[in-house]
Amino acid sequence: MTHAAVRPTPASPTPPGGHLLEVRDLHIEFRTGEGVAKVINGVSYHLDAGETLAVLGESGSGKSVTAQAIMGILDTPPAVIRSGEIRYQGRDLLTLPEEQRRQVRGKEIAIIFQDALSALNPTFPVGWQIGETLRQREGMSRADARARVVELMDLVRIPGAAGRLGDYPHQFSGGMRQRVMIAMALAMNPKVLIADEPTTALDVTVQAQIMDLLADLRRDLDMAMILITHDLGVVAGVADRIAVMYAGRIVEHADVRSLYRAPAHPYTKGLLESIPRLDVRGQALSTIRGLPPNLMRIPSGCPFHPRCPYAQQVCVDVVPHDLVLDDGRTSACHFAQEVRDDSAR
Amino acid sequence: MSDFETVAATEDQSARRGVSGEPGTPAATQRPRSLAGDAWRDLRRKPVFWISLVLVVLVAAMAAVPSLFTANDPRDCLLSRQHAGPSGGAIFGYDFQGCDTYARAVYGARASLLVGAFSALLTGVIALVVGMVAGFFGGWVDAVLSRVIDIVLGIPLLLAAIVLLKRVSTASDNVRLLAVIFVLAVLGWTTAARVVRSSVITAKEQDYVAAARMLGAGNGRIMWRHILPNALAPAIVVLTIALGSFIAAEATLSFLGIGLKAPTISWGIEIDAGRVHMRESATPLVVPSVFLALTVLAFIMLGDAIRDAFDPKLR
Amino acid sequence: MLRFVLRRLLQMVLAFFGTTLIVYALMFAGQGDPIQALAGERPVTAAQRAYLTQKYHLDATGVGGFLYRYFDYLKNLLQGDLGQSLTGRSIGDILVAAWPVTVKLALIAMAVTVLIGVTAGVIAGIRRASIFDNSTLVLTLLVLGIPTIVLAPLAQYFLGVRWQLFPPTAGAQPDLYALLLPGIVLGSLSLATALRLTRTSVAENLRADYVRTARSKGLVKRRIVGVHVLRNSLIPVVTFLGVELGNLMSGAIITEGVFNIPGVGFNLFRGIRTEDGPLVVGIVSVLVVVYLISNLVVDVLYAVLDPRIRYE
Repeated sequence: MTHAAVRPTPASPTPPGGHLLEVRDLHIEFRTGEGVAKVINGVSYHLDAGETLAVLGESGSGKSVTAQAIMGILDTPPAVIRSGEIRYQGRDLLTLPEEQRRQVRGKEIAIIFQDALSALNPTFPVGWQIGETLRQREGMSRADARARVVELMDLVRIPGAAGRLGDYPHQFSGGMRQRVMIAMALAMNPKVLIADEPTTALDVTVQAQIMDLLADLRRDLDMAMILITHDLGVVAGVADRIAVMYAGRIVEHADVRSLYRAPAHPYTKGLLESIPRLDVRGQALSTIRGLPPNLMRIPSGCPFHPRCPYAQQVCVDVVPHDLVLDDGRTSACHFAQEVRDDSAR
Repeated sequence: MSDFETVAATEDQSARRGVSGEPGTPAATQRPRSLAGDAWRDLRRKPVFWISLVLVVLVAAMAAVPSLFTANDPRDCLLSRQHAGPSGGAIFGYDFQGCDTYARAVYGARASLLVGAFSALLTGVIALVVGMVAGFFGGWVDAVLSRVIDIVLGIPLLLAAIVLLKRVSTASDNVRLLAVIFVLAVLGWTTAARVVRSSVITAKEQDYVAAARMLGAGNGRIMWRHILPNALAPAIVVLTIALGSFIAAEATLSFLGIGLKAPTISWGIEIDAGRVHMRESATPLVVPSVFLALTVLAFIMLGDAIRDAFDPKLR
Repeated sequence: MLRFVLRRLLQMVLAFFGTTLIVYALMFAGQGDPIQALAGERPVTAAQRAYLTQKYHLDATGVGGFLYRYFDYLKNLLQGDLGQSLTGRSIGDILVAAWPVTVKLALIAMAVTVLIGVTAGVIAGIRRASIFDNSTLVLTLLVLGIPTIVLAPLAQYFLGVRWQLFPPTAGAQPDLYALLLPGIVLGSLSLATALRLTRTSVAENLRADYVRTARSKGLVKRRIVGVHVLRNSLIPVVTFLGVELGNLMSGAIITEGVFNIPGVGFNLFRGIRTEDGPLVVGIVSVLVVVYLISNLVVDVLYAVLDPRIRYE
């Protein structure tokens, strides 16, 4: 397998002083018949070339919505982007005309979804679906596209790729379908790959294979990756940095090592304490009390305060801003320092 | 046919929702709203629902007490009044036979509603029995009954009715009325049976049915107390629409001359008679046509409105 | 695929025997004089009686006799020998003459259905809850609720007799223009159903996950809707159209009767009116076969269109 053939052009340089992809103070609402749900409330994060950012959070925390906003595939209505910027190579995607926006999709930034069975079109063969953008957008001939599709399917380790071009999605196993999905996302050599819960719908053993594949591909093809997940276990081996989301905000942002060693937000701390550890015997597993907030009635002050063991009156009254800790990590908690010190102990 | 599939699918869904109720949101402290309550709130605001309901009530009254609507005798015909203009109580004038066009249309409601209502009733009974047995017992019973449904569904209704009714072409009026009812029900029960079957299958899997079984309730009791109520609501929606189609089918058969026959007054017969003489006078054609169309529409719109209210999916 | 077709074929054969047996039993079994039952209230001449007795083997008795006669009838049906009507004409000849007219009429109705119904359905599905969508919903409900025996005579009266936009009746050799109004009337019901079906199907598919995927691939909207969504949403529509073509060819009794179009339905209409039993049985038998075959073709078509069924 020659990766040079797969990726002929080197990644274009990031403009000096800027990030490859940057989300700045994004606000998104969903307007429905029952009211307005504030789904994204000032999310900011960035991604540099060649790195993997994990975005972690419960369902409803807004991690997938942010990803769809980056791709420009949010359904508007009901979604309304209130404010913010999404900069890719310095250009704000949100202000681009639709035609230029479309050019970015798939070619610069690609996405893979959680449920590959419903995300693939049931009535077209997988080879056709993987090669569609090559024929439609790259102007490849059928034969060239076909050869490239086989190459892509080999790349994602689908056995007997050439013989499976004509098969339909429902004829593949769950893991193989997700590989088809990945091959489709890679077709146009994107510089950023967003993986939205890529392993949630899969068996545990298959999950590990897909995560390994994604990590290898990211390295070999020199892409940057945003890995969206609710599973802390998935993140550890793959990500460089982690952004933890809660109620449409980034509550903590740190490199993987320091976050695992000493979380600086009570929510992250709670998450880490709720997974079993192999290196500690007889440890009691704790849970985070309460339920995720109703996005139509987000609690005042710090949205986590009703569930937080550290909560004081200030948490009810004042929205905490990102507190930059000494080692460059941030935490949106009034008591970030104490939480981290507690955790480090 | 595919439209029926949609009916079945949506009913299936509403039955499921009806069973579990609205899952309360974590913060919800208010009384959980019932599906029927939601549907009613929704229906109340719909003009289509009220218009069709008023029409249905009006036609039912016409069928029960036609003399409330006209003082004239529909069988009082004088050839000297052939195609005469409006006079006396005859607001739409007279037809080819010199009968009061309006009075005949009013008296035509009875046959239509009788056939429609009893066919729907009989259809409901067959559909409930077949659908509940198939859905509840499953296995080979279900397989056999489902094949029977497939086959009956594959029989073209009009053609089969023509053949069946040929048998009674010389029978008396009442026998013919019963025959029409019977034929329509025998050919028309399949859609409703499918709907019942799917809602029974859904209800059967609910926890409270398992609970009732563990408490020692027998099949009969479970079917009667727990499954039947769930199958009933979707079945009634389908039957309301079916009632409209049965009325249309009766009129069509009578129009062809194999359903009801004179001296029975039926809109189908009136339309056929009016059609022949439309060049001389159109009102004997138009009046029963409007009566028939409005009646059929009323039932179909009523069923449609209720179904929409129970199925918010495609709103 | 082959197994699927074979299974359907077997089902069709069963349905064929079931339906023809019912048709036959109801026409001929039971008490009384079967010949009189065939002829209805008309007097039967000695020659007719002799012909019918010989034709249907009415001299054999009991269940054996009935089955013998039934298989005899099937044999004749499959050989295309439908016997004679009470007026002495060969039913086969009548059908051969009538069939082209009926097919022409059905094709006009189908063209109207596809051109207007499917197109408007796609637009309504894309612009759900728009004014266009809501008005088509109301209009189709009206069409669905108005029986053909109302629509056909009223269209004939207003458009044909009163405003003279179309010829009110078709003659012995109807041209395309004469068939246009009946074709529209015949197609109106299928049009309304096709429109609603297409609308629902398109609206559902537009919300499918694979549409989101197609958008994330950076395809233009025209391609997403025109290729991805349509390919999926037209599966049930094409299936419906197939069933409907079978229906249209066998269901034109009223329309052909009202507009005097000398097709199959018209002959059936006349056979019923004139109490011509053999003619009715002959035509109904053929129409049932046409109906069953068209249903089979549609099932196979469905499997061809939907890979999920093809490889079951």
